[in-house]
Amino acid sequence: MDFIRNFPFFGIFFCMSSGVINSILPGKWAKRVSLTAITANLAASVCVAYYTIKTNVSTVFIMGHHPAPWGNEIRFGILEGCFATFFCIIMLLSVLGGIKRLEEDISEKRSNLFYVMVNLILAAALALVYTNDLFTGYVFIEIMTIGACGLIVIRGEGRSLVASVKYMIMSLIGSGLILISLSIIYDITGHLLMSNIQETIHVMVENGQYLNPLTTSIALISVGLAMKSALFPFHSWLPDAYTYATSTSSAILSSLISKAYIFLLIKIYYRVIGIDIIFSNKMINLMFAFGILGMIIGSLRAIYQDDLKRMIAYSSVAQIGYIYMGIGLGTHAGMMAALFHIMSHSISKAMLFIAASGLSTVSGRSCKYTHLQGSAHRNKVAGIAFLVGALSMIGLPLTGGFISKVYFAQAAINDPSSWKMIITVITLAISTLLNAVYFMRAIICIYQPVKKLPKNIVRRKDYRMTFALLAFIVANIVLGVKSDAIVQLITFGLGMFN
Amino acid sequence: MVVNLFHNYYETVAVILFSIGFTTLLLHRNMIKKIIGLNIMDTAVYLFLAAKGYIVGKAAPIVVDGVQSQKAYINPIPAGLVLTGIVVSVSVTAVMLALTIRLYRRYESLDIDEITMKANMEG
Repeated sequence: MDFIRNFPFFGIFFCMSSGVINSILPGKWAKRVSLTAITANLAASVCVAYYTIKTNVSTVFIMGHHPAPWGNEIRFGILEGCFATFFCIIMLLSVLGGIKRLEEDISEKRSNLFYVMVNLILAAALALVYTNDLFTGYVFIEIMTIGACGLIVIRGEGRSLVASVKYMIMSLIGSGLILISLSIIYDITGHLLMSNIQETIHVMVENGQYLNPLTTSIALISVGLAMKSALFPFHSWLPDAYTYATSTSSAILSSLISKAYIFLLIKIYYRVIGIDIIFSNKMINLMFAFGILGMIIGSLRAIYQDDLKRMIAYSSVAQIGYIYMGIGLGTHAGMMAALFHIMSHSISKAMLFIAASGLSTVSGRSCKYTHLQGSAHRNKVAGIAFLVGALSMIGLPLTGGFISKVYFAQAAINDPSSWKMIITVITLAISTLLNAVYFMRAIICIYQPVKKLPKNIVRRKDYRMTFALLAFIVANIVLGVKSDAIVQLITFGLGMFN
Repeated sequence: MVVNLFHNYYETVAVILFSIGFTTLLLHRNMIKKIIGLNIMDTAVYLFLAAKGYIVGKAAPIVVDGVQSQKAYINPIPAGLVLTGIVVSVSVTAVMLALTIRLYRRYESLDIDEITMKANMEG
């Protein structure tokens, strides 16, 4: 049983090294290696989650037998175990769902490079989830950035090149801010391990020392990670990147990469700075304001799009806004709602991207609304998956999206003294309405009755996509129906987080 | 306040350099200058770290002549962080340069606005 403690490290290491090996394998083998690595990591993460739930303590794994102030550490509790499992599931289903489209988009000769990126990103995501060392976190943030850039650019078209350059510029600015913030934190505390930093910061705040550098570093790291996860004013790279990347890439980018950054931010808030200090800091009001603006403006921009993938991309901006609004509420209930929304949004968004690729495949590979008319009749599973995803985004009962909206509203109402309460509730209502407007338009478009099917469209069965979409639908319904158990796990996990 | 700025002149210079690099990376239209900005920004952080690790009058942390007391040496950890940072910075610079070459071959321009315009016209 105790052997499971080694699994997080083994998982990251295996994923990373198999990624390196992929670069010299032919595409077919790279695909097999990559899928094996993801599945193995999924199994390992399930074991880790089971172990943490069983033991109910947050375990510290010391790397290379160097104890605390010198060595590097991995630390995992319930939340880490659950999110690692969750990220592996998302990765597996996104790759499976988009694999056929991927083979059409990328030449066989280069397809192994895609799997290099997939492995690197999964390894980085797991490392961000598990690590207990800030600087290791920074290194893996950069690995993830490079991997994400590769995912965007892999199609090799002009537009995806430009999109990836824009992504890199915003992302590198974010990295710079994170790096200088880490340097400031290291300077004022003298530590790099999260638990040691937190002890020192508590003493510092009690004595009233170095409060300005501390606030500066909180602001810098929050903005840096917000840039990378495409919070509203920093979202300029997002629509192009999601639209011109292949569908698996878009699903991974929106559901895994940006969410891993947000998870890291929440972890830094709890583990490094200490959540009480964050809640009393004015910085989260900024996050709240950006989140609220993102919810409205992202949705408004989504209404104007005539391209399905672009619409989903702008909807992502709005949903990232929800998550930051939850963080910005400054209560434990808000954090919990944000974490739940990370899960529900990841599942729905990945499902929507894969479904959109399925719909466009039967409509002449175009994502324009005019071409997509009636496409749900041509690809029934993708149509249903899109419907479920859209309903979840709007927030209808039985779906994950409904539960997260309920928790956001509850978190706001539980704190009636705060000025944020009324703003949150009103914005939730407006945003739901706007979501309904643009998703209804898409649903009506794809379900429009068509008299005769165009003949030139090849209708080959894509079992892997069907499987992935069905699994996404089930996961979404499970999130909606069995939310109590998941919320309980998140609450326990957050309790272990400091 | 101003006295503090002069007293910690390494840090002040580092922050000024950081802002220069940051602005260049964000606002400059030329891709190559953007990459130079990126490097200035990262180097500023290394200057900041190195300045923080340095203690006046102490030697580099390499044991010579059998002196093992930690009081004789500067803090080695920031130097380690700088090395890691340099590795990261080199790799992202390489990626950016590779992307720039691809862009230049395709659009024959280094101006990001012009490139965006041409890419949009491509449809």
